[in-house]
Amino acid sequence: MSFSNLTRRGLIKTSAVAGAGLALPTYLRADGHSGFTNAPTGSTVTLGFNVPQTGPYAEEGLDELRAQELAVQHLNGEGDGGMMNTFSSKALKGNGILGKKVEFVTGDTQTKSDAARASAKAMIEKDGAIMINGGSSSGVAVAVQGLCQEAGVIFMAGLTHSNDTTGKDKKANGFRHFFNGYMSAAALAPVLKNAYGSDRRAYHLTADYTWGWTQQESIAAATEAMGWETVNNVLTPLASTDFSSYIAPVLNSGADVLVLNHYGGNMVNSLTNAIQFDLLNKEVNGKKFEIVVPLYSELMAAGAGKNVQGVIGSMNWNWQLQDEGSKAFVKSFGEKYGRPPSNSAHTCYVQTLLYADACERAGTFNPCGVVEALEDFEFDGLGNGPVLYRGDDHQCFKDVLVMKGKENPSNEYDTLEIVEVTPRAQVEYAPDHPMFAGGELGKCNPGA
Amino acid sequence: MDAIILQFLNGLDKGSAYALIALGLTLIFGTLGVVNFAHGAIFMIGAFCSVTLQRILTLSSETLSETEKDFLGNPLKIKTPYVESWFGPEVGASIIDWAVPLAILLAIPVMLFVGFVMERGLIKHFYKRPHADQILVTFGLAIVLQEVIKYFYGANPIPTPAPSAFVGSFDFGPLLGLDSSLAYPYWRLVYFGFSALIIGAVFAFLQFTTFGMVVRAGMADRETVGLLGIDIDRRFTIMFGIAAAVAGLAGVMYAPINSPNYHMGMDFLVLSFVVVVVGGMGSLPGAVLAGFMLGILESLASMNEIKNILPGIDQIIIYVVAIIILLTRPRGLMGRKGVMEE
Amino acid sequence: MLGLKKHDTQLLIIVICLALFAPFLLNPFPADSAMAQFNAGYPDLMQRFAIFGIFAIGFNLLFGLTGYLSFGHAAFLGIGSYSAVWMFKLLGYNIIPGMILSVIVSAFFALLIGYISLRRSGIYFSILTLAFAQMLFAIAYSDLIGRFVGTPITNGETGLQVYNSDPQFFHSAAKPDIPHLFGQKMQSTYTLDVGAWSFDFNFGYYFCALVLIGMFYLAIRIFRSPFGLMLRAVKSNQQRMNYTGLNTKPYTLAVFVISGMYAGLAGGLMASMDPLSGAERMQWTASGEVVLMTILGGAGTLIGPVLGAGFIKYFENIFAKINDNVLHSWFSFLPDGIENFMVTLVHPFVGKGWHLTLGLLFMMVVIFLPGGLVQGAEKIGATFRRKDGKSDDAEAKAAKQRNPAAE
Repeated sequence: MSFSNLTRRGLIKTSAVAGAGLALPTYLRADGHSGFTNAPTGSTVTLGFNVPQTGPYAEEGLDELRAQELAVQHLNGEGDGGMMNTFSSKALKGNGILGKKVEFVTGDTQTKSDAARASAKAMIEKDGAIMINGGSSSGVAVAVQGLCQEAGVIFMAGLTHSNDTTGKDKKANGFRHFFNGYMSAAALAPVLKNAYGSDRRAYHLTADYTWGWTQQESIAAATEAMGWETVNNVLTPLASTDFSSYIAPVLNSGADVLVLNHYGGNMVNSLTNAIQFDLLNKEVNGKKFEIVVPLYSELMAAGAGKNVQGVIGSMNWNWQLQDEGSKAFVKSFGEKYGRPPSNSAHTCYVQTLLYADACERAGTFNPCGVVEALEDFEFDGLGNGPVLYRGDDHQCFKDVLVMKGKENPSNEYDTLEIVEVTPRAQVEYAPDHPMFAGGELGKCNPGA
Repeated sequence: MDAIILQFLNGLDKGSAYALIALGLTLIFGTLGVVNFAHGAIFMIGAFCSVTLQRILTLSSETLSETEKDFLGNPLKIKTPYVESWFGPEVGASIIDWAVPLAILLAIPVMLFVGFVMERGLIKHFYKRPHADQILVTFGLAIVLQEVIKYFYGANPIPTPAPSAFVGSFDFGPLLGLDSSLAYPYWRLVYFGFSALIIGAVFAFLQFTTFGMVVRAGMADRETVGLLGIDIDRRFTIMFGIAAAVAGLAGVMYAPINSPNYHMGMDFLVLSFVVVVVGGMGSLPGAVLAGFMLGILESLASMNEIKNILPGIDQIIIYVVAIIILLTRPRGLMGRKGVMEE
Repeated sequence: MLGLKKHDTQLLIIVICLALFAPFLLNPFPADSAMAQFNAGYPDLMQRFAIFGIFAIGFNLLFGLTGYLSFGHAAFLGIGSYSAVWMFKLLGYNIIPGMILSVIVSAFFALLIGYISLRRSGIYFSILTLAFAQMLFAIAYSDLIGRFVGTPITNGETGLQVYNSDPQFFHSAAKPDIPHLFGQKMQSTYTLDVGAWSFDFNFGYYFCALVLIGMFYLAIRIFRSPFGLMLRAVKSNQQRMNYTGLNTKPYTLAVFVISGMYAGLAGGLMASMDPLSGAERMQWTASGEVVLMTILGGAGTLIGPVLGAGFIKYFENIFAKINDNVLHSWFSFLPDGIENFMVTLVHPFVGKGWHLTLGLLFMMVVIFLPGGLVQGAEKIGATFRRKDGKSDDAEAKAAKQRNPAAE
């Protein structure tokens, strides 16, 4: 509703304007004549960056936004070009996308699927965004992905780690560069076996929502395959802030490893609580007690402080990687913002570049052309080694990093260290793997 | 058995936080008749007193390292806290280590000040206004306070460790003659003791001082006390400050249990209202009792044995209990008739 | 007209005009101008204005008339959404069955929750409704029912969506694959370009707007009916009512159920505009939001809740989108130094700081306009209108006529 109280005079004025409007020759904007939603008509193209700017994940959203801004700069030929110089595809020329200058609009997902869809819709309907990128939770990613499919724009997912995003909820218009629960598990299992042996009893605490369930399922399957036993899996409410009542029974359960399938604030608190109960200094079954956090992020590690020391987890990418792409990105990001990028920032940057590159190669912004260009696209030089965007489920396949909390961090960003880079071949799976079954991509939707 | 004892301890611990927040809320309800939705934010500010003191103590001088490089390949800046350069590395380090307990000293004046300013500057004008207006204005205030903290400290949780002397856990096992170990973190024991102390102090203050007597009289019948020529308003202002200090201290000591973040107040807000109402409006002992009771029930409900029978019970137990209590005891556990029933 | 008094007719006409001309009123700035940032006339937001308007009108029937402050009303909204999406999954995308079911199911839940909660009054009632809503939220968020049944009922935190594999009994290839009303798609939009301006006419929005007008009319009738009078009597002194030998419970329960049905209808509409139902729309923050909308607009007034709903949704959707880039483009006409200074100055209040602005506005409205936005509108109106003692507005009266705090 409008906030002005309509007066008689105002009403007459408005009707006059309306009348004049109807009398003028009219045409349908974008609809019909160009064949897809929000086809750019002028000299610019608009991308929509949908990240959490309020709520518990605001810091992560902010970092994603930094990376997205940087990507836009690089696409427009400003700055040092970052990973565009190391990217194996040379379609991007630094003159925007298909010669059109890149502009962007931002929205706040609030890490709620409703709010995320509302802000994505605002960017699509109001600002004419042709691609939506960003986000820091799987619930949001799945919700926005569905929306983009209906609206006929491309969705380049940000941080989303649930198997479902490219599993039972996959969509033709949606693409995920980030890794998933299955890959984490496949990468972690051998490292855990080496570090802690194959005769371990694991106790799982799992955040009680879709992402937590799929990750727990993946980790339990991978660790059981190498000989571990899963003693118990306790679901913890997402709204929990104090995990003491879930941690307290762990010691007397006979388990000697605690797996925390938590993310964000949940993970910071559950890990902090576990350390309070002094679990890492205990011995059970004659072995030193260990904690595993399957999905790490730099911000969580910073939030948990010293508590991460010695705890193993996995990541999609880390700024300490020494390949040319990563170095170029860290340099360009670090010089602009004075801090190393997080792995969610990296995935958003790469996704934006990949989208732009796909448009260039397809020669069109039409989502169906972009989908075709991205499907089964192989590339290198974006920080993860050779990567495949699989056409069957729109999931990227690449190396996975296994990380460990550093014992003696030398500065505030130096909280995690790379233990191992698990090669891509080890984390691959068939598109019809049971953990990913149930959904179908459907057909690409160009909208309008 | 040991599992139940452990959960009981957890319950006491959670209950202490609930009870301290609810105590302040009830004081404000009871004395001023104000529904204060900003009370959670006050708890949060308390926790950030810890963070702030830790930040102040670790203010550092920077020198460029000769050998080490930062992530961009520039010389690494090595930070030496001023406290360490003034008092020597060892004494300095232990001062920093004790930041959280020391923050109590910072928090008491800060929280009293915050309380006074809130009451004089804003709440005072809302005594005669409908509860709906009080809710709106204090909710607005809560958002503003929260956003200000977010602006300065960011949205990420900030690790605020307890002094290293309290790291680790105490084993009750041998003490109770059990075979198995029954370890409970030192700091949580400290938190419980601290809460008990504060609760005791508040009750003693209300029970044994003239000031407290007047306030209690004011809670029972404000008009009559006013007619006796006692300046009840000024005393109520002080009570508001005390209520803020109680919630603030609860926050200060809570910081090591869970890293403080800007929205932690909202996480506690709804729960603490439930606690206050279950305890009974206007009843201080009720608030404390309900706080511990709900804390313990919540902990017991998260036991695996119970969750296996009723999955998800730990998420809803507090609300189930609240409903049962409010239906069987119309005014909560110890509520008085006619308070906030309209 | 339509059995309404003159004032109410005027009010209804205002709402009808606002609703029908919203695409123009909300897009006052040319599409390419810097001010276009403040345009709110795009389909999704207009739909939200109408839907939350309905939600708030319904909430106000309960709170404004009886003074019973429900802190769990969002539960009914969520239940409505889930019911509608289930209809889409089972029957097909026509929105009519979904809307009908959402009203029925939410009425059922409102009857249940209302019957129990209304045994208490005041804050005890508020906490009971809050407790029920939080329970339902927890159940939906972790899909506790689905865990017993074995198939997702609420689909947890991801939200309930329609999949291609769903039965969709009445669905056929000829029908659209998105919510529609007998073939007319909810998202179909006709864009009218007038010079530099552009206006969106969205079918879904007009559907919501018609429902809103209907619901507003119904609310006026309830306000002015003997039933409404009885409810006001409950608000002013329930005890006295009871002493006269009158049982007030059937009246309050009836209005609680009606109010829940309004919420369910809003939820059903929400799912019809966007076929996904997430659990967080049932959380206490969502319940709190409708309380804030109503108080902000002016509790007990007819149009206030609609204004309050629009106000909050406008900030959530428009202010959150203003980023530093936009700020720089606004102030780009200034010299560099001043431009950066202005950007730094405004920066904390927009974009990721929109909560701060909202919080400040809550405080300002309640401090300076005790009767809510309606009172503000009255004040503005009064300065323009002739001084006419007789034309005392019923809305203004309602805004002023409120109970002081219980002592």
